[in-house]
Amino acid sequence: MKLLTHNMLTSHVKGVTKGYPLLIKATEVKVNEVEFNPQFVSRMIPKLEWSALVQAADQVGQCQDLPAELVPDYEKNEEFLKIVHRILLEVEVIEGCLQCPESGREFPISRGIPNMLLNEDEA
Amino acid sequence: MATANRRSCVQYLLHLAQDNLDFRLPEIKALLALRGKPFRPCENFKEKCPFWCLEDLAEEDVRGVMARSVCTKSAFELWGHGRTHSELRTSLLNFPSENMSSFMHKDSTYRINVYTFNKTLEFTERIKRIDAMEYLPFKGTVSLKSPQHVFCLLEDYGTDPNNIPEHPEYIYFGRWIADGQRELIRSYSVKNRHFIGNTSMDAGLSFIMANHAKVKENDLVFDPFVGTGSLLVACSHFGAYVCGTDIDYNTIHGRGRSSRRNHKWRGPDENIRANLRQYGTEKMYLDVMVSDASKPVWRETALFDAIITDPPYGIRESTRRTGSHKDISKPADGLYVESHVPVSQAYHLSDIFTDLLNFSAHHLVMGGRLVYWLPVYWPEYCEEMVPLHPCLRLISNCEQMLSSHTSRRLITMEKIKEPEELDTLAHLADPRFRPYQGHNAFREKYFSGLNKRGSKEDHKSAVNGE
Repeated sequence: MKLLTHNMLTSHVKGVTKGYPLLIKATEVKVNEVEFNPQFVSRMIPKLEWSALVQAADQVGQCQDLPAELVPDYEKNEEFLKIVHRILLEVEVIEGCLQCPESGREFPISRGIPNMLLNEDEA
Repeated sequence: MATANRRSCVQYLLHLAQDNLDFRLPEIKALLALRGKPFRPCENFKEKCPFWCLEDLAEEDVRGVMARSVCTKSAFELWGHGRTHSELRTSLLNFPSENMSSFMHKDSTYRINVYTFNKTLEFTERIKRIDAMEYLPFKGTVSLKSPQHVFCLLEDYGTDPNNIPEHPEYIYFGRWIADGQRELIRSYSVKNRHFIGNTSMDAGLSFIMANHAKVKENDLVFDPFVGTGSLLVACSHFGAYVCGTDIDYNTIHGRGRSSRRNHKWRGPDENIRANLRQYGTEKMYLDVMVSDASKPVWRETALFDAIITDPPYGIRESTRRTGSHKDISKPADGLYVESHVPVSQAYHLSDIFTDLLNFSAHHLVMGGRLVYWLPVYWPEYCEEMVPLHPCLRLISNCEQMLSSHTSRRLITMEKIKEPEELDTLAHLADPRFRPYQGHNAFREKYFSGLNKRGSKEDHKSAVNGE
């Protein structure tokens, strides 16, 4: 699971009102090189919840140079876009789980793939 | 209107493949719309004909469309046309010579092709046709192998193979500009794809769907019934970043029985990511997840530029969602363990489409498109069966026959407004949406038309529905 995906996910457990962002409990994290595409990263930034991204990067121990606040004029800031690119597309949670911040429900991640299915009594 | 001044403009001739006829017009319109261009056919436009003349375009637009179209074989700058060779000659001699000269000067090399639709010409006949074009002021030299410019004489002998006329119904002459992407149908064939399933979408149709959805570079595309990812493969080829979900754990993880003949189990690296890697687009892969389309996991903000999907109809794969009819309160032991398989229940087709339209209204960007297949029992089909939504405008509805009594329709919708609280309810109350409710039974009808098997299948689905 990439952190771009994580940024767009929310808990869908029945009755939960503050299910965002999901906490990441990773036991295996990988950084895969992905071709840098500044246009795509620039397109994604307005869709992001920045604080959730910073928190997620921190939870997987990849925070490094990621600024706590979104920088202005980021479209022209290649250095910054590269940092965001790495966090969004290169960092991947391979094993671990996502946890609903309100209900505590955990969604397992195995071989890089989150399992978001709810049990019959939770839906 | 204004035919007089239009006539002086350059026209372009598209030569379309004579299959998937219904899908061609929406494809070309969508590809032109991607370039901000209108679809303006010349007079006497016939949708079912293999030759279309378009105007109000630049050569660059035509090249752009050809770089995407899987319905078009080739495109030409139209120099002349007519019902007979003498009409063609008059038309060609009227074509502005300044538009011709740069392709005909003495240092240029060229060749002329002869193409006939619905008739095969002998070699000598072809040569005669070319020789007859001598009234054109070609000053360059002929090069059959690597000409700078290729011209084409196209003769249309109608569409009835049992009644081929002696003389063509219409003739065109033009300068070849570009070929379409028919080649993708072969190079992306599921026969050679690493990871496939029982319902993997045909390569040609996958690209047509991506075109109908106006998928473009740097888009974010989502498939909620991703299966083996055929649609993601097509979208990533056009430069979109892709993600998908499926309720089937084995499919998403590439586990379980193989869909290939002579292969019992899937190999260790048979998954969607490997499919993208096979075609060199792994960099466009975002994620796939095990998730139930009836219970979306995405946060409430417009996210996707396109949603493109082939929902399960319950024929070769079951329609399922999580949940139970029973009031169970006893959770399974070890609630969150990876191996727990939640009880799934039947997911009625009409509910699938209600959910899909509502999801799209919420999660598409404005102007973003939803493209999906709607299975229909066609003796009962009427246009009113196509589900509507106040936030989504119907763009196109194309039919593909599946059997003597069933077909599926490729539906394209575009988001035109943000949903409000009322829209979800309004949608459910919309009487135009009701007819499809009767289609909970598509599966039963699909089988009932065949033979006794119908009753057996009916029984089975009632059991599965528990």
